[in-house]
Amino acid sequence: MAEVSRKIVLPGDLLSTNPKTAGPNTYVEGNKVYARVLGLLDKTETMVKVIPLKGRYVPSLGDTVIGIVKEVTANGWIVDILSPYVAFLPVQENPAMRPNKKPNEVLDIGDAIIAKVMNIDPKMRVTLTMKDKLCRPIRVGRIVVINPTRVPRVIGKKGSMIKLLKSELDVQIIVGQNGLIWINGDRRKVSIAEEAIYIIEQEAHTEGLTDRIAEFIKKRKVEMGLAKPEEVEKEEVEEKAEELGKTEVEEERTEEVKMEEKPEESLEIPPEIPEERLKGE
Amino acid sequence: MEEIKLIVNGKRLDGRDFEELRPIKIEAGVLNRADGSCYLEMGGNKVVAAVYGPREVHPKHLEDPSKAIIRYRYSMAPFSVEERKRPGPDRRSIEISKVSREALEPVIMKELFPRSAIDIFVEVLQADAGSRTACLNAASVALIDAGIPMKGMVTSVAVAKVDGILVLDPMKEEDNYGEADIPFAFLIRNGKIESITLLQMDGRVSKEELKKALEMAKKGAMQIYQLQREAILKKYIKEEEVME
Repeated sequence: MAEVSRKIVLPGDLLSTNPKTAGPNTYVEGNKVYARVLGLLDKTETMVKVIPLKGRYVPSLGDTVIGIVKEVTANGWIVDILSPYVAFLPVQENPAMRPNKKPNEVLDIGDAIIAKVMNIDPKMRVTLTMKDKLCRPIRVGRIVVINPTRVPRVIGKKGSMIKLLKSELDVQIIVGQNGLIWINGDRRKVSIAEEAIYIIEQEAHTEGLTDRIAEFIKKRKVEMGLAKPEEVEKEEVEEKAEELGKTEVEEERTEEVKMEEKPEESLEIPPEIPEERLKGE
Repeated sequence: MEEIKLIVNGKRLDGRDFEELRPIKIEAGVLNRADGSCYLEMGGNKVVAAVYGPREVHPKHLEDPSKAIIRYRYSMAPFSVEERKRPGPDRRSIEISKVSREALEPVIMKELFPRSAIDIFVEVLQADAGSRTACLNAASVALIDAGIPMKGMVTSVAVAKVDGILVLDPMKEEDNYGEADIPFAFLIRNGKIESITLLQMDGRVSKEELKKALEMAKKGAMQIYQLQREAILKKYIKEEEVME
């Protein structure tokens, strides 16, 4: 762990006297930069910003989100994305929409979708798009809801946590930035993944959380009869070695992880989808 | 009312000095289902504040397309006072809700959340004098706990005049039999008092006394501010280790 202790700041704390460095979650007044939310101070020579510790999901451009269709209209769908704002998905932005189909034959009230934030206007009207490899309607699998501020932790440093879940349990996972997570695969394995995600959300102190989650998954696998106890011991040794390799590159910041995670996911998952869908339907 | 001596040998009835606060206890994040919350004790006051939001506005016609609306409800539990209070809002609590909301409005960055609402609920579980100041202090901590963008912290304290002397943070007897009661709330930014966000007065004081009361309130507010900060930091110190 990097010993660059980041200070907790409260709203109103003076961060800098150079207004040019003001970054996200700060505000400028009288040529001074102040924090505007409770969070961790992240200060470099060029920018000072605050990483929030609490708060609701506020959409930003390009985010992957998981939403529930709330209303069907003639020119699109109104989607709940668990944020202060409702989002809108126009019919043009859904590739599954054909001219001879009615909107409610494509997506109906209560359907879940994975979409991307395409546009946000100044009045905070959010427009979604499904024209992306990652985007799809959710017909199979399970959705887990967590606090959106915990999303970076579920992804982990350089995606370490999500990789662990994917490889250990052999399930598909897509993390929405709004705190909704879609898991698909063997039902028992999905249950373990769900439990693991709730543990990650609960555990405030993450010291060695990746290791603990790995242990938890092994224990649950044995309990569910998915793995034999002897096998586990062998795997554990391999896992340890892997972990050692990982910790050395664990210095990246959580903010960056988000950016890196998305392309990686979109490359990995799509090929699996057609067969997965056939299985479920 | 001459039988009641509120100041004996330069000390107040509960043994405090003139510029001494009652014991304060603050705990942030006590409610699971609220976005932000705070439990606060200030002398005999016991209050809980809960913050929800920003969230969708219902009913829709209250929605503001350019900024968030803020709703504040001050409410006293029926068992919070000596004689059982009829539940529900009354003139006093409606007025306190209004002034408290106005004390917080200039501090919250409403324009960041158009078409949404931030709801603040404060419940007095046990009332002593100065429950509105206790509620404001609790609401301020709860707002920060909810991660709502603000310009700074709001800290509130009252000054009273008893037996011709100004005293900080009056207790019940001093409020009932005193000559004046002046609640203040300040915006504190970076450890400095920036401005007054709430100022009320009931009673009779001279111009000089009001000025002196302001100075006393500022000193008291700074002490409370430190406690508010500590309460939040205490809860989040664990998170700090995590995000490193």
